[in-house]
Amino acid sequence: MNELIVRSGGLSTTVQDTGRDGQYAIGMPPSGAMDQYSFAVANALVGNPPGAAALEATYLGPELEFTDPRSVAVTGADCDVAINGEPAPTWAALRVSAGDVLSFGQVRGGARPYVAVGGGIDVPLYLGSRSTYLLTGIGGFHGRALAGGDRLPLGEPVGEAPVAGTEVPGELRAEFPDVTELRFVAGLCAYRLTERALASFVEVEWKVTKDADRVGYRLRGGSLEFVEREQPFGAGRDQANVVDLGYPVGSVQVPGGDEPIVLLNDAVTGGGYATIGTVISVDRDRMAQARTGGRVRFAPVDVETAVAARRERRVRLDKARAAVSAEQR
Amino acid sequence: MSTVEAHVPGVFYRRPSPDAAPFIEAGSVVEAGQTIALIEIMKTFNEVKADKSCRVSKILLDDGDEVDVGQTMFEVDEP
Repeated sequence: MNELIVRSGGLSTTVQDTGRDGQYAIGMPPSGAMDQYSFAVANALVGNPPGAAALEATYLGPELEFTDPRSVAVTGADCDVAINGEPAPTWAALRVSAGDVLSFGQVRGGARPYVAVGGGIDVPLYLGSRSTYLLTGIGGFHGRALAGGDRLPLGEPVGEAPVAGTEVPGELRAEFPDVTELRFVAGLCAYRLTERALASFVEVEWKVTKDADRVGYRLRGGSLEFVEREQPFGAGRDQANVVDLGYPVGSVQVPGGDEPIVLLNDAVTGGGYATIGTVISVDRDRMAQARTGGRVRFAPVDVETAVAARRERRVRLDKARAAVSAEQR
Repeated sequence: MSTVEAHVPGVFYRRPSPDAAPFIEAGSVVEAGQTIALIEIMKTFNEVKADKSCRVSKILLDDGDEVDVGQTMFEVDEP
């Protein structure tokens, strides 16, 4: 086993994997990489098994020093990357030696770069996952974001990594549109909004506020009316409240009616705000790359469309994996 | 003349707290590493530091203004 020396942690860099699934019933959110597609491609580029833990940075990436020869890859947000100060490509297999330093410039498009290292980040499993859950400080590297001076344990690489220089074709990389379209399935409490409010929810172009992190994204731009009713016992007086229910990851709640919040990987698992719909899992990858000041729109779809989109993402991921492994020969 | 750009998107503040004096005024001479502004993002306040000694000739944003990555916040001159 060897280590990765963190020279600086960037703005907020955490260890993440596919997520802590199966613990929702005890109130434990899944955490895990917000953009699962970019995360998975990063692992493929260094020859890791799909669920190996990698680093998720936010806006400003970390500065990392290697202590042995490793494969490394950066995917996700569009940003400048350098090894020992020399520009290096993203969405490509890279090779580093002991003493080499990987550093980041500012993010041009998207919000979250992913860094996979051959062998994976070998922090201990917590409830079956290496993902960091920042709110309660569990999992990942001591339950927190990386800081200068940290030494991250690395696993032993298994199998062959794609040869250095192997690149992911342009059409299989993440995209960063000016307006991010988020498909959503209406429910569980969409009935609480007036028809006009539901219509305006999908007509309005919402802006991502500064309160946008792994817990959720707060949006601004419109105002939504609720159907007047006498609140049932346990729901509280605010029309935006219901009797408590579970919040699916991706659910959209509207406290007060004017600032929708999309709950994401580190969100609380239940509460009493009306949840008017759920952003489909595939589009949460895109939401992860929407940044503060960015714009999003919602498009209603049914569950079949959501499942089909998930199937398409799997096909796209298989294509990306094939593209990087084919060039190996 | 050169400029200082934002490295993260968020909300710009000229002062450490609402009732405190601004970190700097137009015309202030600052040292490398000195804090000259804050950008609030993801519920945290990130310090904007001068990367070299210089004189800040122009402050282009006000408290509470939204700022995007790469947006110019200050114009500075060599002292």
